[in-house]
Amino acid sequence: MMSEKSGFGLELRGLRKTLGGRLIIDDLNLSVADGEMISLLGPSGCGKTTTLRMIAGFLAPDAGQIVLAGKDVTELGPDKRPSAMVFQNYALWPHMSAAKNVAYPLKIKGLTKVEIKERVEAALELVNLLHHKDSRPGQISGGEQQRVALARALVQEPDVLLLDEPLSNLDAKLREKVREDIRELQRRLKITTVIVTHDQEEALSISDRVAVMNSGRIEQFSTPQELYRRPATEYVATFIGSLNYFDGKLVGDRVVSGPGVVGIRPEDVIIMPAGSAGSYPGTVELVIPRGHFFEVVVLREDGRFRIFTNDNIPQIGESVHLQIKKALHYENGHLVE
Amino acid sequence: MRHSLRLPRLLLNLAIAFMALFILGPLIWLAAHAFVSDWHYPNFYPSGFTFHWWSRVFLDSALSTAMRNSLIISPIVVLCSMVICLPAAYAVGRINFWGRRAFMIGIFSANSFPKIGLFAAIATLYYSLNLMGTFVGVVIIQLLGTIIYMTWIPAAAFAAVPRNLEEAARDAGANKFTVFRTITLRMAMPGILVAIVMSFLAAFDEAQGTYLVGAPSIFTMPTEMYSLVQNYPIQVAAVFSLLLTLPSVLLLSLARKHIMGGQLAEGFQLK
Repeated sequence: MMSEKSGFGLELRGLRKTLGGRLIIDDLNLSVADGEMISLLGPSGCGKTTTLRMIAGFLAPDAGQIVLAGKDVTELGPDKRPSAMVFQNYALWPHMSAAKNVAYPLKIKGLTKVEIKERVEAALELVNLLHHKDSRPGQISGGEQQRVALARALVQEPDVLLLDEPLSNLDAKLREKVREDIRELQRRLKITTVIVTHDQEEALSISDRVAVMNSGRIEQFSTPQELYRRPATEYVATFIGSLNYFDGKLVGDRVVSGPGVVGIRPEDVIIMPAGSAGSYPGTVELVIPRGHFFEVVVLREDGRFRIFTNDNIPQIGESVHLQIKKALHYENGHLVE
Repeated sequence: MRHSLRLPRLLLNLAIAFMALFILGPLIWLAAHAFVSDWHYPNFYPSGFTFHWWSRVFLDSALSTAMRNSLIISPIVVLCSMVICLPAAYAVGRINFWGRRAFMIGIFSANSFPKIGLFAAIATLYYSLNLMGTFVGVVIIQLLGTIIYMTWIPAAAFAAVPRNLEEAARDAGANKFTVFRTITLRMAMPGILVAIVMSFLAAFDEAQGTYLVGAPSIFTMPTEMYSLVQNYPIQVAAVFSLLLTLPSVLLLSLARKHIMGGQLAEGFQLK
């Protein structure tokens, strides 16, 4: 997703932040390519919102640098930064119409009335809300409010777009559509975008790359596929997706005791009939239809396995052999090849 | 269910009617007397309809001076109160400084004692400062009664402005002063309007202190009422009383339109 312009859209260098005597962000480094869309993903309290607020300029870091579109903005206030933010609860001004909300940043810039009207209408058109331009925030739905907030951010033509939990206040049905809309818009406008979210599905499906955060540090920053297939740390492996998780290591198709831990994705296990050569039998405990796949729980001597499969669905109580296609080994929390 | 609701409904209507009579009764009596030439027991009907009392009030130099004084002093009091109290209200509403609670409660408790004692003490101070019987003296006395409204209500209004609405404006490129002017102040405005109305009425109706400090050189409408009740026909007092209630009614109906309606009633979609 790199555009023609070279360099980074956003760089964080050695960021540190203490709030109320607690270290929230510890030596955080992050480089986002120009035009790239990334997510900061993590549980609440991991420092993702603090990071976003430092990028926007609402919090000053104790140490480190923030570089937006090649310009060091660490010392600048939020009004002087080339970033625009969409707040979690949208933060629309209730006393202004949708059009006035979107016009506000342009008025501050001192554009002419004609220019403002043109750009406001273009921005509202972009988010398909031109028909609501005279409605006040209290008169439109949550999804529409969010689009107004998005238009208000985009009308500023920011170098970096910041989205704080953009989908968390929408109902499940709307969420997927809005997610796709945001992605499509971002691709079209090629804006460097940072999304803060605690929802891994959201992060994986919308981003070019995902930064998984844990207690103030970035555990891994890579593409969604990489994050899922090769989680760099034990934390990421257990945080992203489902995982069968045992102490020890995998030798052949068995877990034997050892120094580290082994993680096996539920879809990386093939269920075979028991009794074949060198088989290590297990008993099927549960078969749960999960829509487009089945979840099978198999108990073996070395542990209980959760398997996602569509072929060879066994019966409960049946004796089966498990063939393990792929396993992730971790020692001291880190992936070993 | 229907039957059981009927009796409470009737009682409620009776209670409302009683309240209306209780509140409006004296006003109706005043309104009636302001327009009749004479109306005394045992006559059931008044003896005639007249505007005589109105012209008498407006032509009487003492009464019209009192009206002019009231209409000049009260707005000045409100303006001074705004200049002094609104910054304090902002500080109290937004900044968590040491002694903040004590400050607010102090302002409140100053109003919980009988004022006449306070005024007597102020009067002795006024004599030494040569403020007795002066315009400034009256303004200061009336100012005292407005402070509680002009601090408590706007402080709550400033405190209620969601911080992220200000952050959104900062993010949109506005400096701190512009954010205050276009977002914070604008959103606290209904509260400030209520404070202005309450302060105006408090200043306009203030009689005790104004009489003590202003008489005999400065009379306002309420202090003029003292002599009015004793020295003029009852119909003149009725006219004057109606004039005295006019600002309250006007201001409250204006405030109602601006404060109850509009975007504030729509509710913010904020956490």
